[in-house]
Formats: sequence, structure tokens, C-alpha cells
Amino acid sequence: MTEAFEILFTASFWVAAIRIASPLIFATMGELICERAGVLNLGIEGIMVAGAFSGWFTVYMGGDLWTGVLVAAMTGAMFGLLHGFLTVPLGLSQHVTGIGITLLASSLTYFTYRILLPEVTSPPKIEPFQPFAVPVLSDIPVLGPALFNQTPLTYFAYLTVAAVAFMLYRTPVGVAVRAVGENPSAVEAQGISVTALRIGAVMAGSALMAIGGAFLTMSAFNSFFFEMINGRGWIAIALVVFGSWRPGKALVGAILFAAFDAYQVRLQQITGGVIPYQIFLMMPFVLSIVALVVVARRATYPKALMIPYQKGER
Amino acid sequence: MRLEPRASTSGAATILWPLGAILATVVFSSVLVMIAGASPLTVFWLVFKGAAGSQFALLETLTRATPLIFTGLAVAVAFRARLWNIGAEAQLYLGAVMTVVLGTGAVTLPSAGLIPLIMIAAMLTGALTLLGPAILKTRFGVDEVVTTLLLNFIVLLFVSMLLEGPLKDPTGLGWPQSKRVIAEAQLPRLIKGKRLHYGFVLAIVSAVIVWVIMKKTVLGYEMRAVGHNAEAARFAGIPVNRVIAKTALLSGGLAALAGFSEVAGLKGNLTLDLSPGYGYTGIVVAMLAMLNPLGVIAAAIFVAGIFVGADAMSRSANVPSYIAEVMVATSLLTMVAAIMLMRYRVRWS
Repeated sequence: MTEAFEILFTASFWVAAIRIASPLIFATMGELICERAGVLNLGIEGIMVAGAFSGWFTVYMGGDLWTGVLVAAMTGAMFGLLHGFLTVPLGLSQHVTGIGITLLASSLTYFTYRILLPEVTSPPKIEPFQPFAVPVLSDIPVLGPALFNQTPLTYFAYLTVAAVAFMLYRTPVGVAVRAVGENPSAVEAQGISVTALRIGAVMAGSALMAIGGAFLTMSAFNSFFFEMINGRGWIAIALVVFGSWRPGKALVGAILFAAFDAYQVRLQQITGGVIPYQIFLMMPFVLSIVALVVVARRATYPKALMIPYQKGER
Repeated sequence: MRLEPRASTSGAATILWPLGAILATVVFSSVLVMIAGASPLTVFWLVFKGAAGSQFALLETLTRATPLIFTGLAVAVAFRARLWNIGAEAQLYLGAVMTVVLGTGAVTLPSAGLIPLIMIAAMLTGALTLLGPAILKTRFGVDEVVTTLLLNFIVLLFVSMLLEGPLKDPTGLGWPQSKRVIAEAQLPRLIKGKRLHYGFVLAIVSAVIVWVIMKKTVLGYEMRAVGHNAEAARFAGIPVNRVIAKTALLSGGLAALAGFSEVAGLKGNLTLDLSPGYGYTGIVVAMLAMLNPLGVIAAAIFVAGIFVGADAMSRSANVPSYIAEVMVATSLLTMVAAIMLMRYRVRWS
């Protein structure tokens, strides 16, 4: 029992927790922006697949790592544009369109992978982002290495949370984005285009989701595998609800969730095969459902979430 | 731009918009085929030949369509009542689990008793699988999209655990697979020596029954009312939560039949690759059919044809068979857009 408890005080556990949290932070912030603007984006899972591949492939072809991140973001934004166009001006069901985007983005990625790398049997590797120890801060016991001896892409994830929070609450654009998810006709009355604002938010959010995918191929691992996103997108959707659509709370949720995930891997090693490993692998998904049930009662959805807006309607 | 409802949908619009959707899908996939370095005409001809060019091809397409009819019906029923069941994959697998639990020798009865017993047990399993998320939705307000999606992952891991534990075939050389179902639990083949089995007949019969339920019964009326406007339905005295629960039971049961029919009719045992995403493809099938139960049959055969044809095509032409998934996803998006434009007029203002 003490062994199971001592894990919590090892630096390597917290380092792993923050590493696991990073792609979820990007994806959760991306979904949060979309939903704050009133658009549910179920394309997230597929967009992460596309981002994971496009970023990785850019580097594989000789681009540098940050160019890869940019390409991933642009790929995400393109799928965001498609989702936005279909759900905002056309007002199609956000559920069906989102699932369609996931199917399209992942199948297009697999198709492209097979075209570009027809001969490979084992996935080729790239030189991924390397951990960078922030001087002084990384010397703090336990939490120092966890927070400040990570790859630059993890630091970028922290920055993203701050930027999203600042943008949503302190800038006119952010205020408009939040308003368009609550009361679009009031925004239209201010002379701002609901369509443009929502599509823009979905594109920005989708770009972040794609970077979340790219984190896996360019920082956590160094190659692209089919099925590597493995439900992380759906978990991010649960984390947005869990975080009550607030960037800070969602960040805490993502780290708690990742800590739990890192913990179950280590617990699995200690218990040494007495409990089937599938039980441990199930826990993150079970935890997400439990978290949703716990917060559901007091969840305050953006009021216009999933409601298409028609100009002139009230 | 804004959308205005059309007073009535003209005959031309009902034909032209879906035709445009198909055309857009064909154009987009042609571009991909050309990027892959092949000629679209040749590739489409090979896909068509692989799907319908011979008796073998046609039977293979119908065999592949069978699970898709079940999952398509499951989704169509649920979406009609606006219960977003994205978890047909999980319900399918648990139906298959129940099939091997009862069908591998635990119960010995003649076929006439055993097959209906297994069918009902499998349907109940699937039904209860979806009842959970439905109750979380109606009692706690938890979005069923996320819960059904997450359940897919949980159930697949659960099946993996069973196949490496209690359900593992001791003679399976260590592979995670179940024992084979006994002869009395097998659905017979429709034509001797071919793969097409009575699961296909069961699928067609199910589609007709679901059509009757949707069009001719009070439950069907209530489901449509809830899907159209839950608030208004409640105001009209329809017990909305109970209708949603019944919808969940029906939808989950139908999806489980896909797992039952694949195991008892085609594969004979349960493995982790029983379904290459039939649960998700069921969403495409249902939308292409515009949620009409009889339309689901045609849509499932069409989608199955693309998959079977693309498999055959990729063996001779140098185009990855993933083109099938791309075409199916594209047709979903273009078709939902076409249906919208059929019913609404775009005004540029």
C-alpha cells in the first residue's frame, strides 16, 4: 500500500503526468473556444489525427519542428473551416457534421499516409522536441522537473491556456466570442457578423486540436501510428464540460486526469498482473463519464450551444 | 446569407440536390485517385466491378451490408427521437459477447429454440447498454454523445479482457478469440457454399418491422414527436423520458443484432476485429437513408458496395482502399448538406 502511495512523491510520476496532460490541454482549449462560440466540434478526434500526421510528416520531409507545428495548425484550421461552413451558415446538425468531419479527417489522413509512404512497414522516426530545463525553476524538488523540464511544446501548452483565458475575458474579440455563444442576436445587433465570428472561433479551436495531435507525434513520441489518438479527443470534450467552459478549470481537469492516467500505469506495474491490464486502461474513460455525471447537475452550458443562428431571428 | 424554409419541396429539388451531393463526392474522390496516380474512370469501374460485377461480388456486398443494416437501423431509430447514439459499436460487441456466452455450448437446445433465445438475450444486452447513457441523459442531463463514445472504448477493452480471460478459446493457440459457436447456434447460409447467411434476411425483416413501428404505432408517433420538439411533446402530454428510454432499448437491441448476426452467421466466433467500425458507419447509413428504415437497406448496400468494391480495386490498382472510407465520409457530409438545401432556400442578403 505504501508503495502505491509513494508513487505520488516521485518526480518521474509528475513529469509523466504533465507530458500526458499536454496534448489534452491543447485539445481541451480548442474545443472550449468552439463551444464558447456556440459550436460543438465532434470533429476533434479526426482533426487530432490529421494534425498528428501533418506535423510529423512536415518534419519527416526535412521541415523544422516549429514549421511542423504550424502546418498541423493550418491543417486543423482547414477542417475547422469546413465544420464551420457546414454548421454555421448552413446550420447542419453539429452532431452529424462533427462525426462526419472525424471520419473524413481520419480516413483522408490514412489515405495520404499510404500514398506518401507506400513502402514502409515500420513507421519511420523523426527527431522530436527535446526536454529543455528552465534554469533555477527546474531545480525545485519534484514539481520543478515536472513543470519546467519538459519539451518546448509543453511550455507552449501553458502559454496557450493563458492566451485563451486572456483572449476570452480581456479582449473585445473574446468578449464577442463568449457573447455569440450566449446570445447571438445581441451580437448581430452590435453590427458584428455571427457567421464570421463563429467560423473564426471554430477555425482557431480546430488549429489548437491539431497541435494537440501533433504533440503526440512530435514530442511524446517520434513517429505516426494509426489509432494513436485513441479517444483523446472525446476525453477533451468531457474535460470541457468538467471545466465548466473555463480555461483555468479545464487546465486543472486535464492535469488531474493525466495524473490519474500516469498513476494507473504505475499501479499496473506494482500489482504485477493480478488485475487484468484492461481494467487499468478503462479507468480514464470510466473516470471521464463519472466526472460528467458529477458536474452535470450544475453545468451551465453556453446558452446558444448547438443552436444554429438565423439572421433576423430572435 | 440566410436560409428560408421552402413552402414545398419541388420534385426537381428532391432529385437535383442529392444528385449534386453524389457528383461532389465523385469529383472529390477523383481528385484523390489522380493524386494517387491512377485514372478515376478505371478505378471507379474496378470498384463497381468489385461490388456488383459478378455473383460472388454481389453476394459479398450483401454479406457486408448485413451488419450495416442493423447498425443503420439502430442509429436511424435513435436519431429520429434525437437520442444521439454514437455507441452502436459498443452495443454490437456486447451483443456478440452474449452470442458466444450462450452459443458455445453453455445451453444445448435444438436450433429452433437456441437461435431465438440467443437473439433475445443479445438484444437485451445491447438494449441495456444504451439504456445507461439514456438514463444519464434524462435523469442527470449528461450528454449522451460523449457517454456513448466513451463507452465504445470501455466495451472494447472489456471484450479484450474477456477474450484473454473467461471467454478465451483454450485451443486458439494463444490468440485472443472465443470458442466457436455450436452448430445449433449457427445461422444457416442462404446459398450452399456461399458466405451470405440468414442474418441478411433477419436484417430485412427487422427493417420492415422498424418501419411499421415508426409509421403505424403510437410509440413511433411519440418518438417522432420527441425528436421534432421535446418541449412541445412534453406539453402535449407525451412522457418524453419514457419515450427516450424505449427508443434506447430499441436502438441498442438493433445494434446488438449486428454482433449476433456477424458471429452466428458469418465468423462463428468472437475476435477483437469483429467490427471494422460498423457502429460508426451505421451513422452514415442512417443519414444517407434520411432516417427512413426501408431506405437504410438501400443505403447499407450502397455503402457496403463501396467498401467491398474498393477492397477489390486496391488489389489490382495502386490506390489505397482507404479511398472507400473517404468516399463514405464525403458522401455523409455532402448528403446532409443536400438534404438541408432541399428543404431550405438560400437567400443572399
